[in-house]
Formats: sequence, C-alpha cells, structure tokens
Amino acid sequence: MLNFAVGIMSKIRLMVNCFHCGDSCLDFELKHDEKSFCCHGCKTVYDILHDNDLGYYYDLEKTPGISPKEVIGKYDYLENEIIVEKLLEFNDGNTQIVSFLIPSIHCSSCIWILENLNKLNPSVKSSQVNFPEKTVRINFSAEENSLKNLVILLSRIGYEPYISLDDFDKKEKYINRSLIYKLGIAGFAFGNVMFLSFPEYFEHSEFWLDQFKPMFRWLMFAFSLPVVLYSGSGYFTSAYKGLRSRILNIDVPIALGISVLFIRSTLDIVMNWGTGFFDSLTGLVFFLLLGKFFQQKTYNYLSFERDYKSYFPIAVTRLFKNSEGKIVEEQAEVYKVKKGDRLLIRNNEIIPVDAILIKGSALIDYSFVTGEAEPISKQSGDKLFAGGKQQVGIIEVEVLKPVAQSYLTQLWSNDVFSKDKTGIFDSLTDGISKRFTIAILSVAFISTIFWLIADPSKAFNVFTSVLIVACPCAIALAAPFTLGNLLRIFGREKLYLKEASVIEQMAKLDTVVFDKTGTLTTNQKNLITYEGVAFSAEEKQLLTSTLRASSHPLSRSLYSILDKNDIQTLDDFEEEIGKGISATSNDNSIKVGSYEFVGYYNENTSELKDRTTVHISANQVYKGCYIFNSEYRKGISELFEQLVNDREVIVLSGDNEGERERLETLLPTGTNLYFNQKPDDKLNFIKKLQQNGKQVLMIGDGLNDAGALKQSNVGFVISENTNVFSPACDGILDASQFKKIADYLNLSKSGVKIIKWAFLFSLVYNLAGLSFAVTGHLRPVVAAILMPLSSISIVVFTTVATQYIGKKLRMKINNKN
Amino acid sequence: MNIIYMLLAISVFVALIFFVLFIFSVKKGQYDDTYTPSVRMLFEDELVKEGTSAKNQTSKEKITNPEK
Repeated sequence: MLNFAVGIMSKIRLMVNCFHCGDSCLDFELKHDEKSFCCHGCKTVYDILHDNDLGYYYDLEKTPGISPKEVIGKYDYLENEIIVEKLLEFNDGNTQIVSFLIPSIHCSSCIWILENLNKLNPSVKSSQVNFPEKTVRINFSAEENSLKNLVILLSRIGYEPYISLDDFDKKEKYINRSLIYKLGIAGFAFGNVMFLSFPEYFEHSEFWLDQFKPMFRWLMFAFSLPVVLYSGSGYFTSAYKGLRSRILNIDVPIALGISVLFIRSTLDIVMNWGTGFFDSLTGLVFFLLLGKFFQQKTYNYLSFERDYKSYFPIAVTRLFKNSEGKIVEEQAEVYKVKKGDRLLIRNNEIIPVDAILIKGSALIDYSFVTGEAEPISKQSGDKLFAGGKQQVGIIEVEVLKPVAQSYLTQLWSNDVFSKDKTGIFDSLTDGISKRFTIAILSVAFISTIFWLIADPSKAFNVFTSVLIVACPCAIALAAPFTLGNLLRIFGREKLYLKEASVIEQMAKLDTVVFDKTGTLTTNQKNLITYEGVAFSAEEKQLLTSTLRASSHPLSRSLYSILDKNDIQTLDDFEEEIGKGISATSNDNSIKVGSYEFVGYYNENTSELKDRTTVHISANQVYKGCYIFNSEYRKGISELFEQLVNDREVIVLSGDNEGERERLETLLPTGTNLYFNQKPDDKLNFIKKLQQNGKQVLMIGDGLNDAGALKQSNVGFVISENTNVFSPACDGILDASQFKKIADYLNLSKSGVKIIKWAFLFSLVYNLAGLSFAVTGHLRPVVAAILMPLSSISIVVFTTVATQYIGKKLRMKINNKN
Repeated sequence: MNIIYMLLAISVFVALIFFVLFIFSVKKGQYDDTYTPSVRMLFEDELVKEGTSAKNQTSKEKITNPEK
C-alpha cells in the first residue's frame, strides 16, 4: 500500500501578481490593457475605475484592490422598505444618509476611492470614510438611486458592506467624552492656578503682593471649584459606592484627600491663614485623570461585545401563497419570521432559525456554531439548527422556532450574559488601598491627639496636612500607567485587549482551556493524505477535472492541492449532494465520494469512521481514499509544553473523538481532552473549574464558545482575520501570534511585579511627606513640589520598566523565529 | 500697578477662549477620528482635472445603474 502525504503543494512557477488585488495569478492569468489580473472580478473593477478616470487609485498604493464577490440576489432584501428604513441614519424622502461597515477598508487608496464615489455614481452627494472604524458614511439622493443599488455598486468595486442583524436596532451611537472634558477642565484650572500661586511661593511679604493677594487667592478658589465639583466628581461617587458596599477602594482616600484639600484651602483664604493648597488640589485631579485617560486604548474597528446578532442576516427569503394560490418570494425581516413559515436558503446563506428541511439537499457547515469541523449533509425531514451555513445549492425549510427562541440563541439567556464582568474582581490597587486607608486614618488621629495635648493650635493644621500629603496620588497612578503601557505593547504584538484590567486578571490565571476547531486547528488549510493505489496519469487528469466541476467544500480543497494539467471536458458529470460525484470522459469513469457511494467496502473503514475521507474508484475499481486531517496551528506542541509547566491545560471540543489520538501525540501528557462538548457544557465546565478555585483563561473562536468565554475569568478569541465576526470576549488574538500565548501571560505577570514596585516607591514618598505633616511643617510649596514629583517619578518608572519588559519579549520572540 | 487687574482679566479671558474652543472641537467630534483626515489632506491636489475627464466623456459611459 502506498502512503504519501500530498500536503500543500508549493508552486514554483513564475509568479505573476494581479494588478488589482496583488494575489498571485495561479490558476490563470488574464491579460488586459498590458496588465495582469487574477480573475474577471478584478479586471471588471479595474475597468470601472479606469473608465471613470479613477486610475489614481492604483497610483496611491500598489495593488490596493479587493477581488469582488458574487452578489446576485444577495441584497434583494434591501427592496423591503422597513429594512431600508432601519438601516438609514437620516431620511427626508430625497436625501438619505447611511453608514456602512466595510471590513475590507485597509489602505489610503480605499479612503480615496470611497470618498470619490460621486464620480462613479452622481447620485452620491458626499461620502466620508472613518478609517479606524472602517466605516463609510454616504449621503445620497434617493430619487436617483436606491440603497440596494448603492450596496451593489460598493460590492462591485470590492467594498462589500457588512450588514447583519446587529444593524437592525441601530441605536444612536453615543460617545462618552466626559473624561476628555474633565481632563480639559482640570488641566486648564491646574495651569492657571499654578500661575496665580507662583508669586507666593517666593515672597512672603511684599507691598504689591500683599495688595493683590486676596484677588489672586479668590481667583484660585474660583478655578478649583469646577475641578472639585465636576472633574473630581467621579472619585466621590466611586468612593460612596465603595463605602456602601463596605469596600475601601482607592477612591476613598482620594475623595478624602480632595475634600480635605478643598475645605482646608478655603478656610485658609477665608480666615487669611495662608494661600491654601489649590495648586496641589488641581494638580492632583489632573494627574489622576491623566492616568485614567492613558489607561484607555480603544481599537475602534474591533468589537468586544458582539453576540449572535452580528453573525445573523438581517433578512431572509420567505415563501408564501398569494391570493391567487401562487407561491411567491418575499424578503422578510428575520424578527418577523414565525413558526410554520417557509424559508428559502441560498448557497452560503446562514439559517437564522431552527427549522425542518423540506426541499433540497442540505450540506450545513456548523463549525462556527458547534465546533464540528466538517459540514454535515442533511436530507429532507431532518432538523436544522440556527447558525448553520448552507454550502451547496438552494434549500427550502419550515420554521420550527423563531430567532429569539432557537437552540443557539437560547445560550444568550444564560445568566452569565446579563452580568457585568468588570468590577467583580479585586484589583491590585484596591487591595492595597484598604490597608493604606486604615493606616493613614490612624496616623492622622494619633498625631492630632498628640498635638491636642502638646499644642492645640496646631492640631487642625496637622490633621489636615496628614490627609493632604497622604493622598495616594502616586499609588493610584501606578496601575493605570503600567497597564496602559502594557495594553499598547500587547496591541503591538497583536493581542487586542478590551480594557487594561484584563492584564491584572491575566497574571492570576492558573488554568488554560482551549477550544479545538478553529482555535487549535486552522480554518483555511486541510492536511490531506492519500491512502491507496497510485493513480495513472489518465485517472489523475480525470480526477482533477471532476473535482473542478464540483462545488462541495471537500472537492474544492482537494482540487486546490492537485496538479492542474490538461483539464479535460467531461462527457458526463453528476453530483449527488451528500453522497458524491461521478463522471465519465473518453471511456474512463470515476466515482468520488463516500465509500457507500463508491460501492466498495474497504476493510479499514471502521477505523476511519470518525475521520473525514473521500473515496475514489476509477472504472469500477476501488483506488483508495484521501483522508482530511485538520491541520493544527504551528508551534502548538511547544506552546503546550510551555503552558503545562505551571498551569493546568484543558482542551474542550465540540467535535467527535476522531482526533483524540492525534491530539494525544501532539500535546504533552497532563493535557486533559474532552470531546462532544455542547456550548452549554463548555460554559458549565468553566463554571465548575471556577468553583474549585481556578482562575480560568478560555481561548476559543466561535459562537459555540461564547458562553465559556463570558464565564471564564479571561476569554480570548483567536481570529485569522480581525475584520470578521468574533464573539464577545476580553481580548482578540491574531492567529499568527497563537504560539506566543505563554509569553504574553508571563509578560502580564512581570507587569504586576512592576506595579508592586511602584507601590513601594510611592509609599516612600508618602512617608517623606508624612514626616513634614505630623511635625506641622507642611507648607503649600512643599506639597506643591512633593505631589507632582511623586506622580511624575512613578509615571517615569512604570513607563521605563514596561518598555524594558516589552523589549525583552520582542527579543525573545525574535530569537525564536 | 492697578494695571494688574486688567492684565489678569485679559489673560484669564484669553485662556477661557481657548478652553471653550477646545470643548467645542471635542464636542463636534474633531478628535474622534484622528487618522483619516491626515490621509485625506494629501488627496486634494491629485483629483483628476475636469478638462481631461470631459474630453474622454464621449467614449466612456458613466455608471448610473450598477445592476445593468
């Protein structure tokens, strides 16, 4: 028996790249206008742009284009006025404004062409691209053009908008800019107060200064009012909330510090005791808000909050009998689909409801929904679940359950999805602030009691000074700046985190749970091996020609690895969906498909039961079979070796046990494998781990992992292409960085170490300040120096330290490659 | 030295003007997309001149109905 791996053929040919999209022209090369194109789609786009004098598109960037996809019939639902109305942002009958998410926006040529849409179609009045969000906002005239035509125009030039059920209940996008306002006000007040308090830093009594003193002081008071009442308001509410739930969070001493600073300073100027601490007050709030601002880093085009809605279509083709008894098609909103309705599902469409197959043969790809690796064929009468993608031909189904009650969407009714994950976990800062606050309060009271006995006139001064100087500005800044820096480092390494607090959670993890399909395996390539008798040259030709004619996904991937020489025209070709294909050419016949279809029983088939195979017989003689193995990501063994050292590693798969043996040889001992896990099972599995005190990292990719991702302490989604849909999670990891997960977890641990060192530094500052305060020597100028100095040095320390560990990670990765 | 009062008033007034301008620009969304405008400003000069496009108009049809 011959046994050889075909693998992915490396094609050593003279590479010609498409002038439009830059893909190599493998199958054939289309010469046009002295330029090469990889397909007719690319050539058409070139012609459209060229004919409309938009050739500058190709001057801006090299090969900027995207090959357009077939869209016939796909956007018929945009004829439905209710749906159009939901999509439009603005509509006065003629002028209509719409925003589209276009995932394929990627370069400056894209911006240029999309903003010059009016050259392609005069009905477009203006269009504006938001590059970070990958959206385009188009203002067009409804009298001259319809939304459907606009979408088709965009699709034809390769910029197909992504329209999903999520767009249906589009709310007015609300951007919270209050932090910027608060920061602006605090910065404005800080600068002006510094400038007003400057004279008094040096001169104590000077004629003119004394003249203007009250004026300067009251101006400072006026500037600090909005800082305390508006900019600092967040700290008061947070401290109040913390106290009410009996937690001494970091905002408690900060709120205490701010209020004491303000009251003491106001008293100072009212009673004419001194100039007050307005400079320190405004500076404190400014630095704190700066930390908060720095901690934010948003990846506009990524969404961490998606559910099934952004995966499901907005409309579906419904069949119904009209008054004359004829069956007609209509485009219905998915939400309006009721039990008993008949739906028409076309090739590559997603089934949005649970349904029974009525007509046609279905081949449903559930990989995204259940984790099963291969498409499943269904016969009429079989039940189809929501979320599956039809792979061949058109089918007709009858609805069993509407969208909201389908098997898949039920997962979202689980409690996990209504809970807000943030705020449950104790952050490092809050952990230290509890002890800190108690210590500060006791120092304040003890020293006040001491001075009440020794010199009562100084007691109030000392009490307030202690609370002012102990205000944990530096402590509160340590975490935001460290985490903010790390967030950016992770972003550079293509791990996009939802927020900074995720990093603290990452450092605590002790269990890593992987999904299999799409996470450990790649989505695109299949590793294909052949077992059987070698083919003759003629049979080979016939096989490739046959596969070429089939649209079955397995045929497509098999076709892509075979030599494509001398493609013949077939005399006869027949495809039985779910079984196989048979073809004849020049007296030769071939059958490709399941072993029952091929008609020869192979004694090995029982072994192959759980594996994906394609059997082949030529001229009624059994030849052998191609075995499709899912291909695991590169570096998976090394990654697991690294992880298994100090963490528990588990694989949860929605697939059958077919891959168990291969996984066991790939992965180190100590890795637990679980198969046939439904979405609910995964969620409950994670829950159980957590009940046993584990801190769980879940790494998944599809909707079937959505519950587990939400339940876990940290949930990452692996994404081959960050443009496409990914379920709600804490972080999105680019698939190319898969093997670096262990390094990333270690980086977060080093980050936490840096925060702890920064705490130590700021405590030293606080002790120095306290020594001034308890002895009653805290002058405003000392506070005004000490506070910014401590804050700035903490910022510098954390920044330098995080950049250092970031660089170390870079070097480690470079060494590995 | 009473001029200080006026200088003070002017300086605070000027600072307030800039502050209000800043708030307005944030509110209007000028800082929401900080990338695209930086690319867009380089385009303007490169737009195809009206003359050449008018000359070619006869041989090339405009696409008005993409479904055609």
